[in-house]
Amino acid sequence: MALDSKVPKGPIKDKWTDYKNHIDLVNPANKRNIDIIVVGTGLAGGSAAATLAELGYNVKAFAYQDSPRRAHSIAAQGGINAAKNYQGDGDSTYRLFYDTVKGGDYRAREANVYRLAEVSANIIDQCVAQGVPFARDYGGLLDNRSFGGVLVSRTFYAKGQTGQQLLLGAYSAMNRQIARGKIQMFNRHEMMDVVIVDGKARGIIARNLVTGEIERHSAHAVVIGSGGYGNVFFLSTNAMGSNVSAGWKIHKKGAHFANPCYTQIHPTCIPVHGENQSKLTLMSESLRNDGRIWVPKKKEDAEAIRAHKLKATDIAEEDRDYYLERRYPAFGNLVPRDVASRAAKERADAGYGVGHNETGEAVFLDFAFAIERYGKEQALIKGLDQNNKALITDLGKKVVEAKYGNLFQMYEKIVDENPYETPMMIYPAVHYTMGGVWVDYNLMTTIPGCYCIGEANFSDHGANRLGASALMQGLADGYFVLPYTIGDYLSNDIRTGTIPTDTPEFDQAEKEVREKVDFFINNNGTKSVDHFHKRLGKIMWNKVGMARNEKGLKEAMTEIKALREEFWKDVKVPGTADTYNEELAKAGRVADFLELGELFAKDALERNESCGGHFREESAEEDGPQKGEAKRDDENFAYVAAWEYKGEPAKAVLHKEELEFKDIELKQRSYK
Amino acid sequence: MKLTLKIWRQNGANDKGGLVDYKLDGVSPDMSFLEMLDMLNEQIINEGGEPVAFDHDCREGICGMCSLYINGEAHGPDRGVTTCQLHMRMFKDGDTIFIEPFRASAFPVIKDLIVDRTSFDRIQHAGGFISVNTSGNTQDANSLPISKHAADEAMDAATCIGCGACVATCKNSSAMLFVGAKVSQYALLPQGQVEATDRVKNMVAQMDLEGFGNCTNTGACEVECPKGISLDNIARMNRELMKASV
Repeated sequence: MALDSKVPKGPIKDKWTDYKNHIDLVNPANKRNIDIIVVGTGLAGGSAAATLAELGYNVKAFAYQDSPRRAHSIAAQGGINAAKNYQGDGDSTYRLFYDTVKGGDYRAREANVYRLAEVSANIIDQCVAQGVPFARDYGGLLDNRSFGGVLVSRTFYAKGQTGQQLLLGAYSAMNRQIARGKIQMFNRHEMMDVVIVDGKARGIIARNLVTGEIERHSAHAVVIGSGGYGNVFFLSTNAMGSNVSAGWKIHKKGAHFANPCYTQIHPTCIPVHGENQSKLTLMSESLRNDGRIWVPKKKEDAEAIRAHKLKATDIAEEDRDYYLERRYPAFGNLVPRDVASRAAKERADAGYGVGHNETGEAVFLDFAFAIERYGKEQALIKGLDQNNKALITDLGKKVVEAKYGNLFQMYEKIVDENPYETPMMIYPAVHYTMGGVWVDYNLMTTIPGCYCIGEANFSDHGANRLGASALMQGLADGYFVLPYTIGDYLSNDIRTGTIPTDTPEFDQAEKEVREKVDFFINNNGTKSVDHFHKRLGKIMWNKVGMARNEKGLKEAMTEIKALREEFWKDVKVPGTADTYNEELAKAGRVADFLELGELFAKDALERNESCGGHFREESAEEDGPQKGEAKRDDENFAYVAAWEYKGEPAKAVLHKEELEFKDIELKQRSYK
Repeated sequence: MKLTLKIWRQNGANDKGGLVDYKLDGVSPDMSFLEMLDMLNEQIINEGGEPVAFDHDCREGICGMCSLYINGEAHGPDRGVTTCQLHMRMFKDGDTIFIEPFRASAFPVIKDLIVDRTSFDRIQHAGGFISVNTSGNTQDANSLPISKHAADEAMDAATCIGCGACVATCKNSSAMLFVGAKVSQYALLPQGQVEATDRVKNMVAQMDLEGFGNCTNTGACEVECPKGISLDNIARMNRELMKASV
């Protein structure tokens, strides 16, 4: 089957408006006869469920958490981009579009990104109307901050809790529809499989995580908004329950999975502390607005810090290497995430890391300058003595606390060091997955009637996502894109009537789910689910992590396959299937990660170029001013790799969607 | 660190339940409290037992899923943090730690340390929203200036993560800090004014219906709240309710 992106014709700035004007609509009376299932209630799923219900469809929403408000979008800290140009600094829809395509290293679909930039401004209006308390200045107008990879201030924020406030906004919109009976909410439910009837997605099999009951749910369309798959690395900034299963189940039933190797390793996370660690914690990118990143210039200083013989504050100014400012003078500490992460790894690998763990993997993020700068500014404003150091520091700390207080507190609780006094230690960690289920312009997968939105799809961020763009995409898909495009599809279903669940298709899907659950419970293996998950994570991090090469990727594929076989033989799931059993739920998720991991490595192997978050050691600039930087190969790799399921991940078949760049010139991404 | 853990085990809402003793060795002070429980569960699984069920998800103190009553305190002995952000350096080698679920009749136990907090959701269904449809045609966000003080105060109230520590801590199992925070967020913003009367009445009515107790101004909720939600929010809710009732 050839991939059809269904991008409308016409100039890029008119595509979406024109398209909306010509698609089929469903009249309000008919919407009442149409059911839609939404899996996942984060920014994408939550906003989609609310909007579809407002329109009049009957929505059934599913979340594995105990409430939609807990979805991991809630943990997003820094902000949300929108081309409002409130700062008058030259921002525009085109510029947001341009920055996003460039930031994604020219591996995203132009038309989707332009639409995203176009609706971005509506998101802010909508959220304010819903009562989201964005930060404001003293004139009462909305405040902005700046994020990596751009030269304007277009990021709206709510302290360091923007994701929380936006999700609670979407949750409140859902609550209004739950109260009206238009959304039926299924908390603590996990989607186990999608049900295909006559080639169309017509329902799901779900498991009630409290009672263990296996349930059938039918609908005229199924929307997957289940987030990213970063937990394939075991350690990531994702929530413990974040998983790929919904996306993977539809992949196995016919949805192509695109660009799995595009993973974002976020530069500013708290470094790993030990073997029993369960997850990694992000320190918002917004900190790079004010923090300066450095390591010692001398190796012996780095060694002394690692051995606790010296402290960061002992290193003299001239002995510090602000390597981002040195290498990238134009963007400095605000280079995009992939660039910042690789630069940190380069320093740590060269022996300049300052971490207290075995590998020494950490660099400093220093706020001393910001504290001094803000302190002086405050002293000037208040007419106080600008030479009084203690006073300046005190005033500066107050400003920094107002901006980042919750992040500093979080850091202190975890690391037991005061970041107001000593630089933070940070290191890159797996954070976001740009890859995901392939969708067309309508956000429909290769299964008719099955949609995929938010982080779970592949569409808008190319090979690298810019900061504050994930929240934008989740809400754009859910509030403003899917509700239109899904209507065009459902207009053919107005006479279909309720989809029955007592059919052979549902029988078969349920049977397969039950067999798998029974298998896990009766397997009597010897090793826990986490045992396998941790081993998978190590293979992924060491061989499919920040830098990849052919040899490592081939080894990873073999090792993951072997691990998967061992898992099925030897995994131990205690307890029973008819009660709350977290190990059982985890077993199902890890089984899917063990398949995805292999496809992930295969995709990385096939893409023999460096682009965005995907860095192949074989493809780096050899000389000139860009020496050592990633080398993209547009001639051979300017396409989306969409994989078709054929049993074993190694046998997946590649379909290419060639990317055309008509409105942006392809060139090397330079932040120097 | 070597620890003795006394953990509440209860197989479903109808089981009587009770404390069970566990010994755990090799705990590092840098581990989080939940990583310590992960370690215990790995040990239990390897010994052929059934792991302790507890709620958790983001493990960075924002989703509100984790709970636990640790040594008689919601989210344990540290201040301003959820259980997932509580670290073992708060305890000493050889300590005995009591771990129980959040207790309130409106939070029935599901299993072991997991409780059902959907009563909070139902209170939100009753009015925790502003009735505005997603049209994309709302007015420009900056056409409605909002004083920074009001916006900041609304943000402070909106910071509530809905974990239920306030209820678990309160001797009356009152949910007024939770409800007060939501009512306040909207009451402080011009967008929330239109429905203010109905909102506060409906949310309070639902709160009572769920079986939460009343507030007697002890203030324990504010102390234990991991997000520092202020008691002022309860006062504001009462004021709003008075306004709505006269």
